[in-house]
This record gives sequence, structure tokens and C-alpha cells, in this order.
Amino acid sequence: MDRQRALLIDITRCVGCGACSEACKTANKLPPETEKTLSATAYTVVQEKGDYFVRDLCRHCQQPTCVSVCPVGAFEKTADGPVTYDGDKCIGCRYCMTACPFSIPRYEWTSRAPLVRKCIMCSERVKEGKMTACSEACPAEATVFGWRDELIADAHRRISENPDGYYNLVYGENEVGGTNVLFLSPVNFADLGFPTNLGNAALPPLTWEVLEKIPNFVVASGVILGGLWWLINRRATVDELRHQTGESHPQHPGQSASTRTHQAGGESR
Amino acid sequence: MNRWTEKLTFWRIMFVIILAVGMVAGFRRFYLGLGATTGLSDQVPWGMWIGFDVMSGVALAAGGFTLSALVYIFNLKQFHAVVRPAILTAFLGYILVAVGLLFDLGRPWYIWHPIFFRNPHSVMLEVAWCVMLYLTVLAFEFVPAFFERLGWGKAVKVMKIGTPILVILGVLLSSLHQSSLGSLFLIVPNKLHPLWYSARLPYLFFVSAMSVGFAMVIVESYLSSRAFRKELERPIITDLGRAMMVSLIFLAVLRGQDLIGRGSLGYMFQATTEAGLFWLEIGLGIIIPVILVAIPKIRSHPQGMFYAGLSAVLGLILNRMNVSITGMAAKLGDYFPSWEELSITAMLVALGFAAFAWAVKNLPVFGPSPWTGTVVITPALETERVARQAELQPARVSIQ
Ligand code: SF4
Ligand code: SF4
Repeated sequence: MDRQRALLIDITRCVGCGACSEACKTANKLPPETEKTLSATAYTVVQEKGDYFVRDLCRHCQQPTCVSVCPVGAFEKTADGPVTYDGDKCIGCRYCMTACPFSIPRYEWTSRAPLVRKCIMCSERVKEGKMTACSEACPAEATVFGWRDELIADAHRRISENPDGYYNLVYGENEVGGTNVLFLSPVNFADLGFPTNLGNAALPPLTWEVLEKIPNFVVASGVILGGLWWLINRRATVDELRHQTGESHPQHPGQSASTRTHQAGGESR
Repeated sequence: MNRWTEKLTFWRIMFVIILAVGMVAGFRRFYLGLGATTGLSDQVPWGMWIGFDVMSGVALAAGGFTLSALVYIFNLKQFHAVVRPAILTAFLGYILVAVGLLFDLGRPWYIWHPIFFRNPHSVMLEVAWCVMLYLTVLAFEFVPAFFERLGWGKAVKVMKIGTPILVILGVLLSSLHQSSLGSLFLIVPNKLHPLWYSARLPYLFFVSAMSVGFAMVIVESYLSSRAFRKELERPIITDLGRAMMVSLIFLAVLRGQDLIGRGSLGYMFQATTEAGLFWLEIGLGIIIPVILVAIPKIRSHPQGMFYAGLSAVLGLILNRMNVSITGMAAKLGDYFPSWEELSITAMLVALGFAAFAWAVKNLPVFGPSPWTGTVVITPALETERVARQAELQPARVSIQ
């Protein structure tokens, strides 16, 4: 895989100033009020979890569930790493919201022509080689922008240099197939409200394994059903014809169930 | 005024009220947006329009493909008389699903997008295509009823040639569609409660839809026969009941096997809301109907079969709601439908009933020999004839 851009968020460094969410609001031209949870007007928020501050945002999965479930392909995993969204295609089925393992996408519930909203990792800026607005704004280097492989190596270095200060896991290195937003935490991620039951397998294969069987299923069942129809109804027609030409029940063909029994036997067709 | 007409007037008034309230709700939904008029939220993006209108609506329409397969492919002629009502139910059911989707989609005017923008990795794309294609097939399967009514023998004969192809297409599309509604939830292994999440969801959805297809035909045959005071053909109802029982037992085996295989049997016996809902679902959907059909006295009695069918239908609805809403509530959050959601659903159901009643009255639906081109006496024609014969003897109204 080509090298991708990513974010590393170190919860031990975050001071909870909210500069990242503020910068995000400006960059995406969103109403400036600070919000506590993700919404259609807040693509990232800083939440207080006990003694720590934790950012919430789209994880820009390596194999994004949202990209795989959207019927019209409104989401795209770009080569740089960001997962983007094209509102012009969206029909508003909200399958992406149901399916995202991190429950990230938000909906414009108050709009008459609503769209899905989520962080797009400043895909335009990233394409130009610039860093995301949030990482640029962070005064504490709690959110840093870089190449994903380098950030993972850096994260492991931080853990090994200070094993007492960190919980020994780079969250996002492997979760649901790996994500482009990585977290370091001083405590167990479960204590900070991170989903820890996700496993390391990406989700899209779960549906793809079924979907890829469809062409074979259609062909095979089509042939079987057609064959059954031909076999069964051919026999019935033959029976009917015999009855029409024979003497028994000439006026009422088609009661094959009762008549078939005494007609059964080697008949050439 | 006798009791019968009183009853009829009562239902007419109810119908008008439901329609009026539903239209107000529908207007509000499009004028104020989804947020103000539904119980939906970022945490619970799918509600009863998906869980009931779409998930259950499609499953309840399954009689169309099961019965047409039995009659036209397997040549089980004893079910011939109920094929057409089953196809009509499926047709109406699918129309209502499509209309329901128009309310639920955030941008319904783009409902055609899946035709041109296709993501082959999306189960939702499969669902969309199945709805479109199967709706078309159902229209072709049902249109001969209109031709027969109009006396267009030639057109009926032409349609008859295409029957096997239509039936096979219909069976393929609806088996894909029924199972794909289950596949939709394969992607939420961490959100859906283990009593329902399974890699076998597509098969379970398919088999449960098949069995409830029989149940629906029993229910609607019974109701139609009462509404139009026509004798029910007992052997058909009993045979349908048997078919329902067999497929329900098959479903029970599948589910049991699945729960054991995943090591999730224990969840059934926990004191949780989920376990309660699970038992309610299994009780209504499998245990009660199977027991009712197993008792010979009830089996040969149309009313008993009606209750068995109704119970199976309710169980299935609960199953679909459990998979799409309540089974995920613990992880996602609570949800309760708004009055707009409820009344729009009620309006759709009422419209479905009305359309069914109209068709049974005016088209050869419960006619003895569809596809033959012979004129079939519909209840409406029959009343006309009787009225003409009786001329000045209106006292023929029977009491029931
Ligand atoms: S976190 Fe959710 S919305 Fe973001 S890329 Fe992953 S699946 Fe898509
Ligand atoms: S709501 Fe829009 S973006 Fe999300 S899955 Fe549906 S069509 Fe795709």
C-alpha cells in the first residue's frame, strides 16, 4: 500500500484547550460555538473523560466501513489517507451511520435536504501537502500529522521510552483493520469510552463474502429452478395430453396428483 | 341498518381519519425535516420506517414468491386458488415499501441514484436493485388480473407464455432480497446483540420470510372470506397451515443450531430486555403457531388457522424490529417513534388494506382459474347480478 497520511493523538499531552475543534470549525466554515459531542456542525470535539481530555473524530479507517456500505459510493478512501464524502450522490439512507464501527457520521436532521457530516481530514489541504487544521492549531503537539508508518513507529517509541506513562497499545494501529487516526493513552482505552470489542479484522469483508456469491447463486438457482419447472411441468403436460386423448376424465385435465400415480412408469418423452 | 353495514361504516370512517392524520404527518415530515418529526437521532439513525415498513413489509410480501414457486414450478395445484392473492399482497407490499422509503430517505428525490451510481460492495445497493426489479416482475405477474377483468383473452394468453420466466425471475429476486435484508446487518457485529447477530442472518431472514409468506396468505384469505362472505376452502387453509408449520420448524432448527454454534445460547436465559424480547419473538413467531397447527381440531378450523397465522406474522414483525432497532438499542441508545412516524405507517398500512379490498372486489383475485382467459365472476359482478335478479327484493342482505 502507498504511504498514507495520518494523525497521532497523544492523550497524555492534551491540555483540553479546544484549539483543534476551533480550527476545524474555521477550516470547514461551521458555526463557531463549542460543542460537547459530534454533530452535523462539529466534526471533532474535545471531551473530558475523568482526568483526561479525549478528541472524538472520524478515524479514517484503512478499510472504511462507510465506503463499503454506501449504495451510491458517496464515500471515498483517497490515496493520501482521508475518507471523503460527496453529498451530491447521497440519497440519505443513513446506512453509513448504522454501520460505522465508531458511530461517527452525523446527519443534518434539521435540514429539508440533509447531508451526512463528518471529519474529512482536510483532504484538500492534505492533497496540497499541508497538514490538517487541527494538528496545525494544537499548541501541545497532542495531535501531530505525518506519514502513518512513521507515526506508528513514533508512538511505539514513546511507549517504550515511558512504559509507566502509557497504556501499552497504539489504538488504531490494528483496530478494525487499522485506522489513520492513532491514539496513545495513559490508561486502558476502555476507561476512556473507546470501543474495545472491535477486533482487528476489517468489517467490509463480512458483507462482501455474501455479496460476491450472488452471481453464482443467480446462475445456479436459475438453472435449477428452470430445470425443475421443465421436469415437473413436462410430466404434467404429458399426463394431461394422455388424459385428453384417453377416456378417463376427458373434461377435467390437470388433476395430476391423483392421476400421476397410475401413469408413473417408463414413458418415453 | 344492520350490524354488517354499521361495521363497514365504522371502518370507512376510521380509514378516512387515518388517512387525514397520515397526510398531515407526511406534510410535516417534508416541511420540517426528519429531526423535528421523528424519534431518529445521530445515535439511532434507523427507526420504525426501516424496522417495520421496510424490513417487515418485505418479509410479509414473501407469500408471492413462495406460492408462485409451489404452484408454477413444483406444480402443486392445490394452492392455485391462493397464488393470485399472494401475488397481490406482494405487489401492494412492495409498493408500500417503496413509498415508505420515500418518507425515510433524507433525499428521496435522489431515490434513482442507485441505478447510476453503483457501489457493488454495498448490500444496500443490492436491496435497492431487488426492490426495483422485483416490483417490475410483480407488476407483470399481476397485470393479467386486469386483462381478465377487461376480457382481453389474447393479452392474457400472451402473458401466460411468459409465466415461467416471470416466476423464476421473481423467485430469484425475492430470495436475494429477503436474504439481503439480513445481510445488511452483517456489518454491525459489535452493535447487534448476540441473540440476533449471526453470520447466518441472510439465511435466517430468507427462511423466516418464507414461512411467514404462508401465514400472510392464511390471514388474508380468512379476512377476505369474512369481508366478502365467501366460504373458505378449508383444505387450502389447512395445507397452507401445514406448509407454515414445516417451515417454522425448519426455522426453529436453524436458529437453535445457530445459537448453539455461536455459543450464544446462554443469552436466552439472562434477565435482560433482549432475552425477554427474544422469547416473545420465538413464542409468537414459532411456538404458538406450531402448536396451534399441530392440533387437528384447530388445523381444520379456519378461525384457528387465522390465529396461528396472525401469531406467526406478529412474531416475524418483532424479529425484524429486534434486529434493526431493539437489538442494537443497548449499544446505540433508546428510540421511540414519534406520532408522525406512527401515523404515516398507519396510513400506509390502511392504504394497503383498502387497495387489497378494492382489488378483491373488482378483479378476479380469488377467482378459480387465473391465467386461462375465461371470465371470472368477481364479487362485484356477482352482487350486480344478484341485485339485478332480485330487483325489488333488497331483503336478501344476509345477517352474519
Ligand atoms: S470511522 Fe467511520 S466514518 Fe470514519 S472512515 Fe471509519 S467507518 Fe468511515
Ligand atoms: S446516507 Fe448517504 S452517504 Fe450514507 S450510506 Fe446512505 S447514501 Fe451513502
